[in-house]
Amino acid sequence: MRRGASSFNLAAVALGLAFLYLPMAILVIFSFNASRLVTVWGGWSTRWYAELFADGAMLESAGVSIRLAALSASIATMLGTLAAIALTRAGRFRGRTLFTGMVYAPLVMPEVITGLSLLLLFVALDLDRGFWTVTIAHTTLTMCFVAVVVQSRLVTFDRSLEEAAMDLGCPPGRTFLLITLPLIWPAVAAGWMLAFTLSLDDLVIASFTTGPGATTLPMRIYSQVRLGVKPEINAVCTLMIAVVTAMLVVFSLLSKQTRANSE
Amino acid sequence: MADEVEIRQETDRGGAKLGFAPWADPAARPLVRFDAVTKRFGETRAVDALSLDIFPGEFFALLGPSGCGKSTLLRLLAGFEAPSEGRVLLDGTAIDAVPPHRRPVNMMFQNYALFPHLTVEGNVAFGLKQEGRPRAEIAARVAEMLALVKLAPLARRKPHELSGGQRQRVALARSLVKRPRVLLLDEPLAALDKQLRGETQFELMELQARLGTTFVIVTHDQEEAMTVAHRMGVMDRGRIVQVGTPAEVYEQPNSRYVASFVGDVNLIEGRLAAVGPSGLLIDSTVGAKLATNQRVEADVGATVWVTLRPEKLRVATAPPAANENCVSGHVAEIAYLGNVSLYKVRLDNGFMMKAQLPNLTRVVERPIGTNERVWLSWTPDAGVVLTG
Repeated sequence: MRRGASSFNLAAVALGLAFLYLPMAILVIFSFNASRLVTVWGGWSTRWYAELFADGAMLESAGVSIRLAALSASIATMLGTLAAIALTRAGRFRGRTLFTGMVYAPLVMPEVITGLSLLLLFVALDLDRGFWTVTIAHTTLTMCFVAVVVQSRLVTFDRSLEEAAMDLGCPPGRTFLLITLPLIWPAVAAGWMLAFTLSLDDLVIASFTTGPGATTLPMRIYSQVRLGVKPEINAVCTLMIAVVTAMLVVFSLLSKQTRANSE
Repeated sequence: MADEVEIRQETDRGGAKLGFAPWADPAARPLVRFDAVTKRFGETRAVDALSLDIFPGEFFALLGPSGCGKSTLLRLLAGFEAPSEGRVLLDGTAIDAVPPHRRPVNMMFQNYALFPHLTVEGNVAFGLKQEGRPRAEIAARVAEMLALVKLAPLARRKPHELSGGQRQRVALARSLVKRPRVLLLDEPLAALDKQLRGETQFELMELQARLGTTFVIVTHDQEEAMTVAHRMGVMDRGRIVQVGTPAEVYEQPNSRYVASFVGDVNLIEGRLAAVGPSGLLIDSTVGAKLATNQRVEADVGATVWVTLRPEKLRVATAPPAANENCVSGHVAEIAYLGNVSLYKVRLDNGFMMKAQLPNLTRVVERPIGTNERVWLSWTPDAGVVLTG
């Protein structure tokens, strides 16, 4: 009963994809531009990549961003997984709906508000702003996403597997490590990927909560672009697109495996 | 293993020739005792002030429709639920405070609950690893158990590579390898097809007789319960309504509920007309006078029910000599089941009776056809008179 796509559908899909990806395609192509002028094509070259890898400040920011993303994603994965377990397992405790809503709220909260409120908190606590405050801020943001991803796996998890393990003499804590975690790990790993990507991308919250010496890559790019777009920026953005794309591919593969496991 | 396992030769079930009947021995100590146990989930009582003794070496079946509380009873014994009132005792000691992982009781789950990320071997070894047994002992006991359930060649497979019957065996091996005091089986054969289920029932009985382990099985299939169990408890809404050997429960049901849940039955309502020295006379709603050689605790005039199993009825095409215990009607339907034929007979007042005849010969045409007038009759000891 399959019908071929009509020409209208094809046109709509093509326009939609172009709207989403044309700017990025132009950016990627121009990162290989030999010309110094960003908008004039001067032939293929990788010179901007070479210049990028000689740019100490840019490399330092990349290092900050990656360390920040890895650390905040790891903490967020732990907290988010625990939250997901509490939400799916604790039954109907008082204030469960409120708790669920509070875990999900940061998903839709404007980043400016999250960033500003965290900044106010850090100022009130008189914390020195820098790498650690951004880590805390990113953990706050991304753990909600982890909780959502892991929770969707846990609701289909067969509790009788855990009961079987306990029945066979395995205490509850060890049951989680030996049975539950090995079975939900694709979801946990997918949550980590998502958290890592979100942290790597973030500009707004990092700008609010960082301090001297902890300039993330998006912040560095943004500040340089204000002084004019150099082709080097195109190169670094292309690399970021590559990293994020790779992460999202792994994330979707893991999600697929999660679904297969839960069936 | 041999030093711990008592080998019992006795494999008779249900019948009167049983040599194994600890429930009839007042000196016997029960292994499992439910002492006035109530389990409430919110407003509903899944188990309601239930008391039950199960003896060492017994194969006990809990039979009832879904939602009658039989699985809850099993979960109370396994430790996944705690009683709201009353106590669960194992070998005379209350175990309510003992968490599931410390109870010497293992359970075979309805969906088997095999660990999908472990091999067959890994699944069976899991329980022994939790005990911290030496590696050599684990390997030996796992191999022995896999041989027992005929799964040795599949030891390295994962559960998703097995058939339903093989998974069932893995689950059985996994729950038996720890040599539990009591093995709990929650609808263990529900997922198997009919033929495999029949075979597996006999294998379970053989295994239970060989190991001497106490088995408690939960099932909604009365045939299964009657096949495997020494005794069965029929459950209704959180209570046990009757406990007895399969023959006792089938031939001497104590209520209309049990009579109609266990096996096929004709239930005839009537009024107690006379109590004589040799039995009762009942005026029935089907028109005939019913005579039985039974006694009941009821006064003349009380409403009673006579239960008649379809296979206890004689079907004849001519009226029998006796006037009592005989009704007449037209054959409405015939179900040919191979070994037996089931006749649905519509009596003259509209009441439907079921009679079952064995197909002793390879006849092609049936001796009695639909719409034919037939007479159903039975002996005074065929029916069971119930007051409730």
